[in-house]
Amino acid sequence: MRYVDEFRDAVVCRKLVERIRATVTRTRTIMEVCGGQTHGLLRYGIDQELEGAVRLVHGPGCPVCVTPLEQIDLAIDLARRPGMVLASFGDMLRVPGSRESLLQARAGGAQVQIVYSPLDAVRLARRLPEQQVVFFAVGFETTAPTTALAVRQAERWGLENFTLLVAHVRVLPAMEMLAARPDNGIEAFLAAGHVCTVAGYECYRPFVERFGLPVVVTGFEPVDLLAGIFECVRQLEAGEARLCNRYTRSARSQGNRRATELVQDVYEICDRPWRGIGIVPAGGLRLRPAYARFDAEARFDRGTAMRVAEPSDCRAGEVLTGRIAPSQCECFGTRCTPESPMGAPMVSSEGACAAYYRYARPTTTD
Amino acid sequence: MNGTSDTNAAQCPLPHRPEGETITLAHGEGGRLTRQLIRRTILPRMRNPWLEPLGDAAILAACPERIVVTTDAFVVSPLFFPGGDIGRLSVYGTVNDLAVAGARPQWLSLSLILEEGLAIATLERVLDSVAAAAERTGVTIVTGDTKVVPRGAADGLFITTTGVGVLAEPAWAGPLAIEPGDVIVVSGPIGRHGMAVLAARHGLELEPPPSSDCAPLNEAVEGLRRRGVPVRALRDATRGGVAAVLHEWADASGVSFELDEAAVPVTPEVRGACELLGLDPLHVANEGTMLIAVEPAGVEDCLEALREVSVTRDPAVIGRAMKRTLAPVVVRRVLGREQPLDEPLGAPLPRIC
Repeated sequence: MRYVDEFRDAVVCRKLVERIRATVTRTRTIMEVCGGQTHGLLRYGIDQELEGAVRLVHGPGCPVCVTPLEQIDLAIDLARRPGMVLASFGDMLRVPGSRESLLQARAGGAQVQIVYSPLDAVRLARRLPEQQVVFFAVGFETTAPTTALAVRQAERWGLENFTLLVAHVRVLPAMEMLAARPDNGIEAFLAAGHVCTVAGYECYRPFVERFGLPVVVTGFEPVDLLAGIFECVRQLEAGEARLCNRYTRSARSQGNRRATELVQDVYEICDRPWRGIGIVPAGGLRLRPAYARFDAEARFDRGTAMRVAEPSDCRAGEVLTGRIAPSQCECFGTRCTPESPMGAPMVSSEGACAAYYRYARPTTTD
Repeated sequence: MNGTSDTNAAQCPLPHRPEGETITLAHGEGGRLTRQLIRRTILPRMRNPWLEPLGDAAILAACPERIVVTTDAFVVSPLFFPGGDIGRLSVYGTVNDLAVAGARPQWLSLSLILEEGLAIATLERVLDSVAAAAERTGVTIVTGDTKVVPRGAADGLFITTTGVGVLAEPAWAGPLAIEPGDVIVVSGPIGRHGMAVLAARHGLELEPPPSSDCAPLNEAVEGLRRRGVPVRALRDATRGGVAAVLHEWADASGVSFELDEAAVPVTPEVRGACELLGLDPLHVANEGTMLIAVEPAGVEDCLEALREVSVTRDPAVIGRAMKRTLAPVVVRRVLGREQPLDEPLGAPLPRIC
């Protein structure tokens, strides 16, 4: 398949692994921000290939994982109310709230509908004029343009029964928060290629200057990941700290102008709590006042959903900030599995715990 | 009321089927409308001496061989999807279960649960498809049932089929007999049914759309038997896909399986859709594709026998059984690293970004 096969070429991968190994003078610590990259690294065993040369630390780039508990509880609460339908991406359904997940709530009679695009949720609202359709708008800069488009579409159709429960997050403020922590040990960042495709990467330049760390825009296939890692290692060994794009087939410095304009029109930047991390200043998006009628939190009362404490044993917060590897959590694989997850990173297809569980190295018993 | 001279209509106080007629609860209440539905809509499509008397049960001739029975319910939505529909699916699904269990499929029951408001024209299309599938696979529908439930209590139309077959010789040992070194063959490209239904259900506008592999496997299984292929176990890789079958076999036999990702046949449409949605084709459902565990000496024969049947014309060797390791199933990925292949957990939930 074009644009896939050439980026999974085993020969090219081997060469990159050799070059990385030949370049490093000591083990280098690199954080990949995006959960999609975490899964790619583990799926292809790149972390194992580079053992000793590069330590990969997994970042908070899993939108499902960082969606606050009380937002999930509110989503469930809304879905339970008569005359309301909650539309959501499938990923969100198994994430545990404080008492149950959306999937469990659906089995108990709550109206929860999986959609593949926010525009499907708008169409659903048009088809069900008697119902209030709430779309659970989660995700980074990658999904925000599509939810903004959904709001515009609902406005164009004059829908009074479509709202968003907004939980959008922004990746750069979270990176700044992590980089500012004195004990983080991170020497370079792989920036998320898809986020940069939408939002551009010029915005990382001040970050590079402020923290003196290399930032390399990186894709998701094995060749992409290794090329991004190689560029980090090359800069570190040369004593450089630059912004560099290694995902040139997709990411441009200014990103997708139409998408960013759409997001700026519909959303404004706000502080937002991230699950397991806390309030991230400027770490989220909310609807602008002009679009307040599409804001589920403004339209409907919060009901029984209130701020609740996370399960105390779950160390998702430390996993999300790269302070521990998932396998270092006492609950990992025992009390916390994909079948009965304690924290969101064990659920999501982009969660680091799920990746560790799924791709754990097989060991011979005899 | 229209003035048709149809004798059945003459007995009926309701109009003869006008355009757009739908199923009502009265069609399921056992009275005249029920009888009419059976006589006009169902029976003409499946005529045979066992069904025709419309008794409560079919009486079949006893046979000296052992009897194999299976049952399966079909609730697919949408009812029609690229490459198939619920009608033929309900026949092939049960025929395939019999075939991979080593039986020659013979008889089928057909139980319909209809939702009030279903267009009779839709039911007719489905029944035509059932009849054609039965004919193709040589099974006879010997008994049936029809119920109607209120609107909202079903999703258009549910079908349950029970299949009866006779055990063919030689009987294969089954997954318990799988040994390290045995070779795993897949009868064709994987993941087509699951992606076809997913794309159709959610209106994913993929071009070209993935098409279901919905097809009967009995002829291919017969071919393996005729050629004397040393088969250990057979299984159609339905829900949960190839991964689910291998996990079950690993449980039963105590071996592990090693797959070569590069050798697994996947059509470009399925691969594209899976890449887009973040799904692994190894987890996606099939409805006319089977896995065969075969002794190493019989691999070539197995592939040749499959190639002779159109449904299984593109088989491939995808892996082998090995001594038990911690992971029941591992996949060799591009870089040559082996990674465990997990069992699918519930329905695949696509990633969001």
